[in-house]
Amino acid sequence: MELENLTISKTHRGLVKKEFSALEICQAYLEKIESEDKKINAFLTITKDLALSQAKKVDDMISTGRKIPLISAVPCAIKDIILVEDVKCTAGSKILENYIAPYDATVIKKLKGENCVILGKTNLDEFAMGSSTENSAFFPTKNPHNLARVPGGSSGGSAAAVAADECIFALGSDTGGSIRQPASFCGMVGLKPTYGAVSRFGLIAFASSLDQIGPITKTVEDAKIIFDVIKGKDEMDSTSVESPEIKNWELKIKNLVIGVPKEYFTMPTGRQVKGIDPEVEKVIKQAIKKYEEMGVKVEEISLPHTEYALPCYYIIASSEASANLARYDGIKYGHSTANNPTIQQSNNLLDVYLKSREEGFGDEVRRRIMLGTYALSQGFYEAYYLRAQKVRTLIKNDFDKAFKNVDAIFTPVSPTPAFKLGEKIDDPLTMYLSDIFTISVNLAGLPALSLPCGKVDNLPVGLQIIGKPFEESKILEIGKIFEKNL
Amino acid sequence: MISKQEVQHIAKLARLGLTQSEIEKFQRELSKILDYIEKLGDEDKSSSTEVENIMREDEVKSQKSKVKSQKLMELAPETKNGYLKTKPIL
Repeated sequence: MELENLTISKTHRGLVKKEFSALEICQAYLEKIESEDKKINAFLTITKDLALSQAKKVDDMISTGRKIPLISAVPCAIKDIILVEDVKCTAGSKILENYIAPYDATVIKKLKGENCVILGKTNLDEFAMGSSTENSAFFPTKNPHNLARVPGGSSGGSAAAVAADECIFALGSDTGGSIRQPASFCGMVGLKPTYGAVSRFGLIAFASSLDQIGPITKTVEDAKIIFDVIKGKDEMDSTSVESPEIKNWELKIKNLVIGVPKEYFTMPTGRQVKGIDPEVEKVIKQAIKKYEEMGVKVEEISLPHTEYALPCYYIIASSEASANLARYDGIKYGHSTANNPTIQQSNNLLDVYLKSREEGFGDEVRRRIMLGTYALSQGFYEAYYLRAQKVRTLIKNDFDKAFKNVDAIFTPVSPTPAFKLGEKIDDPLTMYLSDIFTISVNLAGLPALSLPCGKVDNLPVGLQIIGKPFEESKILEIGKIFEKNL
Repeated sequence: MISKQEVQHIAKLARLGLTQSEIEKFQRELSKILDYIEKLGDEDKSSSTEVENIMREDEVKSQKSKVKSQKLMELAPETKNGYLKTKPIL
């Protein structure tokens, strides 16, 4: 069975025309994972029995002549930070190494409701904190385009699994770029929805005001199909909302106005005066030129507070993480030293906390918990957390102002293509800087698409298309024009 | 540069055990990150974000709540008579 270029609608057509059965396609993917994943290491858990039983259900439906939904029997992979009932969910952490999810996340309920086939759970940076999947407590994942390179992160396992044809699509989560950057590094399409568009119930929390679940797919059409299935208000997540319809809008290329923020091409990152790799800049500029040639109007815009986005993000995300991760205390669930003989003797509750968390959390997670605790501590709260919240409003205002004149904003997804394994892992700050183009979008709560638009030395480069709140369908349509003209 | 005492103080607030060499490592790394964060400067002239509270009644909804709570209890390292067990606080 040919798995390359297999999309959701192609799979659906094949099933309906009885060119293959749901079981056949499920088995083909399980075999592919069996043979391929030793090289890539995209998966942490394979849910073979669950997958086969879901596929069988679809075959039964087809054989009794029932109509099947578009995503029925479509094999997918789920980032191991989203709960699938009775399946291990580790969040890439030793602290949840043996944690079995007691219920389904809302997005999983929705996928299962349409009989989508779940093949397994994918690798990630511990608690989604990282940009390379090297912070996984288990093993690093490799980029299918070049095995010496990282797949990006934190949803690196999900992006690599789709790129290696180990599934048709995958779900990821995005707090500062964790869907878009790995999609870009692996040459896939990634959608980070508007904050609130998709329920976060059953997503292990990292930074609750920034986290969103979204799809990683091979095509823009597939990203739209999955987004339409998983979106919507959920009473289990009070921040979720029903996406309003975009009124009176129809894609007319000639009327389209795109903004390109000048700061993204001139901003320094770390020691480098000019942050963006000149080769990446060339590919992005060529893509923008292609849109212009199709008749799209392109304007230079300014997002003046861009340079404050990264420090602002690291204060807010770490502060929220320090509060969210307080629940891993060795008492309720997860790794615990309560039964460890030396701790048992001590009869001191504090020792259980200290030791369970010391053993359970990796370096990056502890670094961010410390940073967040510091930013929220007495005497520093105003200087860090409160100030960051105010800057966050300024960043959002920049976008509001820009969107008065443009339909969408184009930027690079990442300043570089996929970097080498080990290159940045010992320098946390340099690693943080690789998210510099994606984090503003989370701070402002906007939707954004990562679209493959070219290559540098055979490594994929992604164009970021940022939209107004709840205008996912618009940025997806804009992405489609490029895909069609490639 | 933050001091070793500060690192120890934060670690205790965060309930994180650290070894001696880790204290030094975190002191170095956190100082570097905090220096970078200083970039935020005096950008301090905006209003707060607009937020709205979403309230609901706190009530038991699921029929299967007994099965569900049992599943949750099974995840706990130590239980006794249907309660989570901890070491004494006082």
